[in-house]
Amino acid sequence: MVQSLRRLKESPSQTAGPYVHIGATPNWVEITGVWKEDLGLVLVGPETKGERIILKGRVFDGSGIPLKDALVEIWQADSDGLYNSPQEKRGKADPHFTGWGRQPTDGTTGEYRFETIKPGRVPYPDGRLMAPHITFWIVARGINIGLHTRMYFGDEEAANAECPVLARIEHKVRVPTLIASRPEENGMPTYTFDIHLQGEKETVFFDI
Amino acid sequence: MSDEGSFYQRDRSWHPPAFTPQYKTSILRSPQYPLLSLGNTASEMTGPVFGHDEIGPLDNDLIRNFAKTGDPIGQRIIVYGRVLDENARPVPGALLEFWQANAGGRYRHKKETYLAPIDPNFGGCGRTITDGEGRYWFRTIKPGAYPWPNGVNDWRPAHIHFSVFGHAFAQRLITQMYFDGDPMIWQCPIVQTIPDKAAIEQLVAALDRSVTLPMDALAHKFDIVLRGRRSTLFENRMEGN
Repeated sequence: MVQSLRRLKESPSQTAGPYVHIGATPNWVEITGVWKEDLGLVLVGPETKGERIILKGRVFDGSGIPLKDALVEIWQADSDGLYNSPQEKRGKADPHFTGWGRQPTDGTTGEYRFETIKPGRVPYPDGRLMAPHITFWIVARGINIGLHTRMYFGDEEAANAECPVLARIEHKVRVPTLIASRPEENGMPTYTFDIHLQGEKETVFFDI
Repeated sequence: MSDEGSFYQRDRSWHPPAFTPQYKTSILRSPQYPLLSLGNTASEMTGPVFGHDEIGPLDNDLIRNFAKTGDPIGQRIIVYGRVLDENARPVPGALLEFWQANAGGRYRHKKETYLAPIDPNFGGCGRTITDGEGRYWFRTIKPGAYPWPNGVNDWRPAHIHFSVFGHAFAQRLITQMYFDGDPMIWQCPIVQTIPDKAAIEQLVAALDRSVTLPMDALAHKFDIVLRGRRSTLFENRMEGN
């Protein structure tokens, strides 16, 4: 017998279920008075640096119907490309921007919506710059393990073209599933990022 | 050196796969293309942190944090444990959120229609942050089993949902805790999405009589393991182990 490496196994994932909001956004499901405000609803304040943007979209199942019980989390760098995390070794991020947000998809329309800022570029481990992006994590009833993806910006064509992560996608026809378009809405830059869990327009998901 | 300090890859034969047809909702909500493997970048190796100042004094006490006119009905329990990584090192400062049904299996949620009544003194949500040694605990009522429209006669075993934030977004995890000895664990299509019996057993909390409060509350121990980081070999020290 060889010696054991004695590593522990990661706790296996389970679905978040249809009532994930009770734990993640209790005020949103009218469990009020337990804690004052749900975490992650607000990302920006008056002192946050960077260009204000709206992110919105829906999460579709394999039949093309939007999920009305999903929970969407985002994680992103500040406007200088730094993460507000003790694990960030490259510098000090904007203290007025947490970089993390969480929203349920609307119970009627299925739409999620964040007000945030456009992130700066972050280097890939070999030093090349990745295009500006926002990491998404999606959980819901029927999803056994949270799905990771990234949203890139439709108005960053040059950066997207040289992004080492987008370059790893073998089937180039799938790259547009990660790129959000930018129409203006009421004078605010508004990016629409729809996520397709399955089917012809299936979004690229990552094993990170 | 691009792998320096990055996380061990997930063992996706240990986790449930996306497509598990006995759990019907997974059929249309599972990607069909393979996942694109991505070595960790700064975007995955960093993650949000939460301060103890964001947590209220009753946030880990589900017996008191929603109570209006008295204590909720049901079996009083303590759930405690540690958050560790795969190298068996504690994960301090980890935010844990938990949610559950009441003693009768009824969730306090506007989309819930099960005929068992809500408990006016039970909300069903809690949260806490692990201490310097990765320890956590909370007090609650043992949840009841719960029927759901999957098969015509499917019931969830008693369970508590857990959401865990480690130190990096790559460690983000949602799972469920089950109670030792519950025969419904082994009949549940959601539990059975996990292919390996030993992996299922990792989600079953043991009754711990050494922590049980006599004449007050039973106790269950539930440790959670998050992904561990690689060692940095040939540097001054091994970072991961």
